[in-house]
Amino acid sequence: MANQYIKEVVNQTYQYGFVTAIESDAIAPGLSEEVVREISRRKDEPEFLLAWRLKAYQHWLTLSPPEWAKVKYPKIDYQKIIYYSAPKSKKDGPKSLEDVDPKLLETYAKLGIPLHERAKLAGVAVDAVFDSVSVATTFKEKLSEAGVIFCSFSDAVKNHPELIQKYLGTVVPYRDNYFAALNSAVFSDGSFVYIPKGVRCPMELSTYFRINAANTGQFERTLIIADDDSYVSYLEGCTAPMRDENQLHAAVVELIALEKAQIKYSTVQNWYPGDEEGRGGIYNFVTKRGACRGKHSKISWTQIETGSAITWKYPSVVLQGDHSVGEFYSVALTNHYQQADTGTKMIHIGKNTRSTIISKGISAGRGQNTYRGLVRMLPTAARARNYTQCDSLLLSQTCGAHTFPTIDVKNATAQVEHEASTSKIGDDQLFYCKQRGISAEDAVSMIVNGFCKQVFKELPMEFAVEAQKLLEVSLEGSVG
Amino acid sequence: MLAIKNLHASISQPILRGINLTINPGEVHAIMGPNGSGKSTLSNVLAGREEYQVTDGEVQLNGKDLLSMQPEERAAQGLFLAFQYPVEIPGVNNMYFLKAAVNSIRKQRNLSPLDAVDFIQLIKSKIKEIGFDESFLHRAVNEGFSGGEKKRNEVLQMMMLEPHLAILDETDSGLDIDALQMVAKGVNSLRDGKRSFLVVTHYQRLLNYIVPDVVHVMVQGKIIKSGGKELALELEEKGYGWLEGNP
Repeated sequence: MANQYIKEVVNQTYQYGFVTAIESDAIAPGLSEEVVREISRRKDEPEFLLAWRLKAYQHWLTLSPPEWAKVKYPKIDYQKIIYYSAPKSKKDGPKSLEDVDPKLLETYAKLGIPLHERAKLAGVAVDAVFDSVSVATTFKEKLSEAGVIFCSFSDAVKNHPELIQKYLGTVVPYRDNYFAALNSAVFSDGSFVYIPKGVRCPMELSTYFRINAANTGQFERTLIIADDDSYVSYLEGCTAPMRDENQLHAAVVELIALEKAQIKYSTVQNWYPGDEEGRGGIYNFVTKRGACRGKHSKISWTQIETGSAITWKYPSVVLQGDHSVGEFYSVALTNHYQQADTGTKMIHIGKNTRSTIISKGISAGRGQNTYRGLVRMLPTAARARNYTQCDSLLLSQTCGAHTFPTIDVKNATAQVEHEASTSKIGDDQLFYCKQRGISAEDAVSMIVNGFCKQVFKELPMEFAVEAQKLLEVSLEGSVG
Repeated sequence: MLAIKNLHASISQPILRGINLTINPGEVHAIMGPNGSGKSTLSNVLAGREEYQVTDGEVQLNGKDLLSMQPEERAAQGLFLAFQYPVEIPGVNNMYFLKAAVNSIRKQRNLSPLDAVDFIQLIKSKIKEIGFDESFLHRAVNEGFSGGEKKRNEVLQMMMLEPHLAILDETDSGLDIDALQMVAKGVNSLRDGKRSFLVVTHYQRLLNYIVPDVVHVMVQGKIIKSGGKELALELEEKGYGWLEGNP
């Protein structure tokens, strides 16, 4: 009985699957040193950045794709991917919202992005990355009054090269892993944030990523620096059109929190997951890491992962500063043939550092959901503490939930706690709800939302609503 | 109100073997019987639990064919089951659950949903009657509740949903005397001369507080004897063995 209802309600349609007909200016498919140079040339980059890209590319050539994750996919032909695709606009590039192609703005409207006045009402500043290029950043002025720098990565390279040079690759070096090396070589744009000392960023910062062009990989890079005593909350959303072929998304996100700084980074990832047969969908191979460099600093990751054919991502925190805090809150939903291998790493270096991991995996259809986590207490991490809770909810007979926690403690005063549970929506729960007049689909949605509650409450308000809506689409029912 | 004719039902093997029962508006009927006699099966079949197969007979609620309805439609028609083992729903706020239940029943009855303010006023007046404090509304549905709290939560739901026919499935099991009185008080507050009750119980004790109009004795899937409230006392004294050999 439970299965039948869940099958009915889980079969979602992907509502962001439209393609926008916009002329784009792309470099021919394939990857070579020349392509790396061409990307850098088109972006008119300083020499140090080109040199860094080339080192990354040379290093990437020596690597092979990682095979340890519990995901299966055909070999990716990196020569068939387009590494640079920018929407062509009439002038050299959009200078303001008025210059942005109206079709693009329409796309954002369809996505429900609060770009125009809606943004103002919501108090959200949006940097929208379409394929590879950042097209518009709203509220630059208001932010610059506060001294906050929020701009596309390209603009940051032009206007603040010293910050880029100082921090780029210091949290995720290009040698980190296969996809980080690839991204470092070919990344085309992304977002940059700098919050000066003592500033509490006056609004939530937000980025939307969308892959539009076919055969295009998206390789964006986000760098956020929170200087001493500052605070920022950053939101990231993603969608892509429905296409039969797989598309690659290999992003890198680096966060740096200096003394007493706090960064809250929230993601609602809804890349196209592929169809019911497992055709198409995004390969989401992302490296996200934050460094709590200063004492009493804090980095908090919250992610809602409902999209992508394959998700491979481990937003992590390196807790260097004494008394620093790392948090990871995650909901990952896999349906049909989706595969998610996700989790976090908490590396405790400083004294009295604390970390919390709350991971909620929901599997339906033939979805495979893996939690992979590492908690490491280095010899210097006196009295460090970690709490991990890792729950799985199964909605079908054919799905799977897996957990691979690794705990490595080198300091005898450190404390580590790990709790895990696996449950399924029972006939009892469904019958109970139905006896109270609640339809089966509303009941499933309510039970799943209840399961995710600990994570949802960490999201900023407007994102919490969006996250619930996403699960609503996935599980078709009313939630509030 | 409720008319059951020759009801047969099974779950892997026949359990109900021809139940006949009529409950008029405003009446309280008690069903007593030994373990395994089919009392809980009857409750579950009436509420529409799908594991049970109805193999014969018919059931009408207010003149409508109950057995062809989905469980949520039965609820909208005014049938309420207070569960013997209330189910936990982790992470789902008790008040949110109640509001969803009230409003989905209102929707099925073509009534406009209660807004948050009206709903909160209504529920605050009800929790006082049942002796809960407000913190109870903000806990997850039945999660970590004691046995008594779970049963009281069932009665609270019943008070909020205002059913035409309430079935209490062994609501007294696991209750101490104070909780029992509280539950009975809630039930009695709903007795208004129109609403009907079917009280399924193992012991006579509950019937001291919820006084029935009719008592039925169920043995091996059949009602073998019916009588007034004094029948319950007689059973308490003599046990079921007294009737079993003598249908």
